[in-house]
Amino acid sequence: MSTTTSKVPVSGEPGARPAGTSPTGPPAPARRRRTGLLFVLPFAAVFVLFMVWPVLHGLWMSFTDESLTLKGTEFVGFDNYAEAFGDPDVWSSLGNTVFFTAISVVPLVLLSLAMALLVHTGLAGQWVWRLAFFAPYLLPVTVVTMIFQWLYQPDLGMLNQALDAVGLGPVGWLSDEAFAMWSIAALTVWWTIGFNFLLYLAALQSLPDTLYEAAALDGAGAWRRLWSITLPQLRRTTVLVVMLQVLASLKVFDQIYILTKGGPNGSTRPILEYIYDVGFTGYRLGYASAISYLFFAIIIIVSIAQLRFMPRKEG
Amino acid sequence: MSAATTARPRPPRPAGPRRGRRPQESAGSPMLLGHGRLPRVLAGTALGIFALLWLLPFVWAVATSFQREEDVASPGLNPIKGVLTLDAYRQVFERGTLPTWAFNSVLIAGLVTLLTIVVSTLAAYGFSRGTFRGRRTLLAVTVASIMVPPQLLIVPLFQQMLTFNLVDTYWSIILPQVVAPMMVFILKRFFDAIPRELEEAARIDGASDLRVFWSIVLPLSRPIVSAVSVFVFIGAWNNFLWPFIITNDPDLMTLPVGLATVKDAYGIQYAQSMAAAMLAAAPLIVVFLFFQRRIVKSVATTGLGGT
Repeated sequence: MSTTTSKVPVSGEPGARPAGTSPTGPPAPARRRRTGLLFVLPFAAVFVLFMVWPVLHGLWMSFTDESLTLKGTEFVGFDNYAEAFGDPDVWSSLGNTVFFTAISVVPLVLLSLAMALLVHTGLAGQWVWRLAFFAPYLLPVTVVTMIFQWLYQPDLGMLNQALDAVGLGPVGWLSDEAFAMWSIAALTVWWTIGFNFLLYLAALQSLPDTLYEAAALDGAGAWRRLWSITLPQLRRTTVLVVMLQVLASLKVFDQIYILTKGGPNGSTRPILEYIYDVGFTGYRLGYASAISYLFFAIIIIVSIAQLRFMPRKEG
Repeated sequence: MSAATTARPRPPRPAGPRRGRRPQESAGSPMLLGHGRLPRVLAGTALGIFALLWLLPFVWAVATSFQREEDVASPGLNPIKGVLTLDAYRQVFERGTLPTWAFNSVLIAGLVTLLTIVVSTLAAYGFSRGTFRGRRTLLAVTVASIMVPPQLLIVPLFQQMLTFNLVDTYWSIILPQVVAPMMVFILKRFFDAIPRELEEAARIDGASDLRVFWSIVLPLSRPIVSAVSVFVFIGAWNNFLWPFIITNDPDLMTLPVGLATVKDAYGIQYAQSMAAAMLAAAPLIVVFLFFQRRIVKSVATTGLGGT
């Protein structure tokens, strides 16, 4: 184990120069125009092939009636987009996605903050806490859904057994429309909270102690220190965690697809699953692409809106 | 004791009974709680409840996997019913597909990580030190592409793989995952902050760009490169949607995909189902136990590097 800290240095520290300036006089001009090009080429190749081209091709497809099975495609202009706006399934699956985002982001941010603060108090058994909260994040989605399918199992699952033990009737965790999305959100919180927890923990560990020493001299109590020093210092981390979490929650698909296939009654079907169904079950690639790009537009709008709330970097 | 925290000399505390406190245990800050007894008890209780909630699903799943199917089916909250047995694990292995999927997962996640690191570090260095034409444009497009949800690419990528005749091959699973614009961006920011004097000196001695990169820049960047590797590996190991769509051949499936296809085949055999889940979960958890500190730091570094 090396003891070097692996903080990402911030550009602008002494030693960081604007790119392309050289400390030792004028460079050889002939070499200058190509410097670094060979280094970037391998990445540029895969980037163009598997990112730029699919994005453009998908955009083109959204204006056609491309099908997975039928030969021959026609250009249909904005027909797909018009259809999407009038498609009740688009709106309902979008609504499900927004609902999931709302009920998952709040606990994923607040609980991870609480966990990180509690762990940071320095109580014994650090590695146990870290393992408990972060280990689920390392599980493949299928493993998580298998475990929770068993916990939520109607007759023998742990939850209904527990309800039975205290004299309550069973709950259809995944089969009852009133509960299904909440059950998925609970699974998601358990599975992915470790990442946010670590971001908060890292932020807490980088706070300088001198902040607290001054407060201690002024006689500020524990709560006062938390409210007036710790939480304000964590503002940038919170903004980051919220931003990343909102975008991640909007893209929910895997666990729902495996666990409920969007059921019961389409009540848990997110927009991405609808896109998948249209494209790979209904074979309508053109229409699926159009909905994809509407969703992409939403993601971009949400990101830009969030960036406006980003506090400026200090220093 | 985390290497990330600076060791501070602590003022000597007044003597008194201090039970169960190992001198090098705390990675946190005593400043959060003060020195009272009550806040510590409260914090400990809250933490214990959280940890219990988070470990319970694991405990229940592990316990189930060591039971006989007929015992699983008997009601009761006691997670261990009847005899402990390895039957479920044996049956899972007899199905014979799990080792194949595990091998595929290791191979694919390993290759994705290796290729991503090679391609991304080279590109990041080229962006950081290069002066070629179009550098700024290409970098801007790269950074902008961080916004693209990977799910958006599924349909066109699938079409592309059909065209190249690559469906149901390792390459179709691996190649699209090698594009990691976020990692290029994080690495570039790190390289930007490395002082150039060392490189200049080596160049004057006649070292080539590649030589400078390999012998000077990479050794200085070990922490960030290992952080990015950990991150890419976890992502590739757990990736579901793309491998799921592009493979129909069970011999090419990764663990998450393979399990998803046979999940329902286990039917009501919950002991077997949990045994399979635990076998798939084990490798990364074991790795995490060994490299806990490094992984925790990696996630923190890459996560914060993205701001």
